[in-house]
Order: sequence, then C-alpha cells, then structure tokens
Amino acid sequence: MKHLLSAADLNRDEAQLILDTAEEMRSLADRPIKKLPALRGRTVVNLFFEDSTRTRISFEAAAKRLSADVINFSAKGSSLSKGESLKDTALTLQAMGADGVVCRHGSSGAPHLLAKSGWMTGSVVNAGDGTHEHPTQALLDAFTMRRHLGSLEGRRITIVGDVLHSRVARSNVLLLSTLGAEVTVVAPPTLVPVDMTRWPCVTSYDFDAVLPKSDAVMMLRVQRERMNDAFFPSAREYTRRYGLDRNRMAQLPDEAIVLHPGPMNRGMEISAEVADSTRSVIVEQVTNGVAIRMAVLYLLLSGSNETEEHTA
Amino acid sequence: MSPAQSAEHPETAQPPKRSSREVLDASDISRALTRIAHEILERNRGADPVVLLGIPSRGVPLAQRVSARIQAVEGQSVPTGSLDVTMYRDDIGLKPPRGLEHTDIPADGIDGKVVVLVDDVLFSGRTIRAALDALGDIGRPRAVQLAVLVDRGHRELPIRADYVGKNLPTSLVERVTVHLTEFDGEDAVLIADRAADKAADKAADKAPTGVKA
Repeated sequence: MKHLLSAADLNRDEAQLILDTAEEMRSLADRPIKKLPALRGRTVVNLFFEDSTRTRISFEAAAKRLSADVINFSAKGSSLSKGESLKDTALTLQAMGADGVVCRHGSSGAPHLLAKSGWMTGSVVNAGDGTHEHPTQALLDAFTMRRHLGSLEGRRITIVGDVLHSRVARSNVLLLSTLGAEVTVVAPPTLVPVDMTRWPCVTSYDFDAVLPKSDAVMMLRVQRERMNDAFFPSAREYTRRYGLDRNRMAQLPDEAIVLHPGPMNRGMEISAEVADSTRSVIVEQVTNGVAIRMAVLYLLLSGSNETEEHTA
Repeated sequence: MSPAQSAEHPETAQPPKRSSREVLDASDISRALTRIAHEILERNRGADPVVLLGIPSRGVPLAQRVSARIQAVEGQSVPTGSLDVTMYRDDIGLKPPRGLEHTDIPADGIDGKVVVLVDDVLFSGRTIRAALDALGDIGRPRAVQLAVLVDRGHRELPIRADYVGKNLPTSLVERVTVHLTEFDGEDAVLIADRAADKAADKAADKAPTGVKA
C-alpha cells in the first residue's frame, strides 16, 4: 500500500490488517505516555481545502501520537485563496519534503490526481473528496462495529439518509461488503445516486421494514450545503420517513448499535434522544477514528519507500 | 511464517536443500524452561515482584510456559503478558511496514515490579534494546531482567541475558530456528547452514518469525 484513496483499493486482508493494527493502536489510549516512535522524523501535511473539525484534528492527533511532524495547511489563509493551482501546491509540498499528505478537497478525485500525477512522491491519504469517498471514516465505522458485533461476516448493516451527497456512504458500502457484511441502503428516491445498481448493496425506500433486520444502523447527515435543489418536500417529512427516533430505535434487535459520522443534525436525521442513548456509539467513533488513522499512517509511512514499491 | 511455509514462496519454487540439525529437542526445551523458572524465583526471592513479558511471536508462549512452571512451584500465579517492539525497532524505516503484534500489559502494570522479558533467541540484542525503549513508555519497573531460550552470541549492543536456556556458539552464516508447538506443531531448536538455506532467506526476513539469522 502506497496510498489510501478509496475503500475499493483495499482487499479483505489489507482491511483486516488495518483494523487489527488499529486495535493495537487503541490500547495506547490507556497508557500514561500516549506516544509511539514509529514515524519519528517523518512529515505529515494535513492539506484541507474544505472545512473539517473532527477529521483534521483526528489525523493531527494520530500523526503526533506516532511522533511525526505535522504541518496543517488549510485553504483559508493560504495561497490557495489567491488562486494557486493544485499542481503548484503539490510541488511546494514536495519541495518541503512531505512524506505523507492527508488531503480533503471539495472536488471528487483531487487526492487521486495528487497521488498519480507524479507531482510529488509522498503517500496520499484521502480524507474526503467531494461526494466521492472517505475511506478512513469507513474504516473507523467498520472498526467500531467490529468491536461491538465481532466479525462483520454476514452482519446486516443499514445505511440511511443522504446517500447522493455522502462520501461516507460510498466508502462504507464498498468496505463493508469487502468485509463480508450485507449492506442495505435506505434513502428517499431523490437522494439515491444513479449508479446505485453497481454498488454491492441492496436499496430500499422503506426504513421501517429494514429496522428489525439490522445489526447496525448508520445515519447519514443531510448535507444541506451541497443541496441546491429541493430533494424532499420539508425537513419534517424527511424526519418522519427517514429519521431515527425512539420509536424506530425500539424496532431494532437488542444488540444493534447506532452510528453517525458527524456532525449531527439533531432532530433531523437523528433525534437527540437516540443520539444520547446507550445504543449510540457516536462518541466512540471519534475515539476509534484516531486509532484507525494511526494505523493507516503507520502502515503507509513507517517503512522504506524503495521496498514499499516492490511489495505494493 | 515457518521456514517450511516460506519455502512455498514463489521466489523459492525449488525447495532449498536443508542441512539443519536439531540441537534441542522437546524435553531439552522443557528442562531448560523449568530451570529458568527456578532461577527467576531464586534470584528474586519468590514470585511476588515478578512480571513476565514475552516478546512476540515466540517469546509469548515461552513466557506462558515459564509462568505455568512458577505457578506449579510457588502455588502463586505471576502476571504474564506480551510486549510488541515493532514500532521501537531501529530498522523500522529500512524495511517494508510490518503489522503489529499484540501487546498485553497485565492489569497491575509494571511500575515498581521486576519485569522479566522472555524471547526465543538472543542474537544482536537489537530486539531487546527496542523492548527496553517500549517498557520506558509503559512504566518504570524496579528492574528488568532477560530470559532467552537460546543465546547464539554475536551481540551488537551491550546487552546480556540473565537466564539462558542454552548457550549455542554459532557462526554468522548459520541460522537458528526455534519451533514451538503453538506455532509449528513441535518443540525443537534447529541450526542450519545459511548457504543451504539461502533461498528461503529473503522470505523469512520479511516474516515476523522465529528465524533469527
């Protein structure tokens, strides 16, 4: 593995390796000294063209706990707001000697371009690109589910909401099916992407019918900022048909858990009661996010570059 | 990965001609571990302060076996765990990334305890140096001691073992392989000529293995 651009790049063994490595990384949180020397002397650049709180902080904490040097680079207040191209930014990063670049961009495919263009030699981690993918989010979701449900083989996982604009949904469907889970996507017809039939999952428009057959429910954020059309008549109607409230949660099997990638619209796709219930693992997802990002950075950056290319 | 498995590596389609000989058999290993258990108790005047930490992969079952013997002698269990040193190795940036092994520190921690590190083969001493660094991030033991099944010499660092199953003078071209039932289906320590085994070398180097050559 040289880059992590898409959840589809991971085969089952690689995905399991990341999850197993994250399991070891997570035990670090219980130690008095939360620091490992694995990436000493490496430089990780957080290149964020789009706003983000938890993902950027999570990557920063992960890189620092592995003793890497971290440079934060956000579009606001940088030359990017003066119109610098992605290529020139990449050349700058290369000249500074970045070993790893964590990239979030509003355009789908930007991290791919950064990785494959030859502008820079470092490893690229996709931290969310447009409406395309967000592989580390999918990994931390799978990791959280695995900690609660055990192996994901044959587990029924339901992803609900704004699939059209969600990079989290796409990455999750791809990764979870690689791990052997049966994924059902529930969304209003207007929020289902056109190529959905090619995704390795089942599509449904009826949330209530799917609920009793779910081991885990992942609620997606309704991405108002990406919506320039009327995708549903009103927020209230969306909530009534696709929101997770106490009554719907009661329909779930006893062991089922509720996930949300954050940030939540409380009262919209998820009620405050559900978000704060014991079934909700939303806060745990954030903790696990650091462990997963440590695992990814460790596996991409710890070895030598030369041999890495032979084994990639 | 055992050498037998690595022989299946594509690069070694021709199984290398092995000229390995057994230097310790199952009962030799058993006797050595029993003696080490007694020496640990003698040196530390009982089992009270002792915490056993095996270094993956083959140090972990060895630590458990020593632990079982101490329990049988003293009627008192000693905290036993494992300590992965992968991220503390000095060659971490020189080799392809490796997966981590499990680290399991006993619940009471290691502060003020006597930590006995357990490994299969002591060779350059670099693994033990990494283990000492790893321990420093976990706590402050009163003392650290080292138990190994085989000491094959050729130290590259000022490190020595406190408890040795067998001192095995070797030349640098030889390979020492420890087989344990938990991984390889049998207990044995083998010594092989590297020239005969050269093909398997590359594959074995990549694997987290009991082959220390």
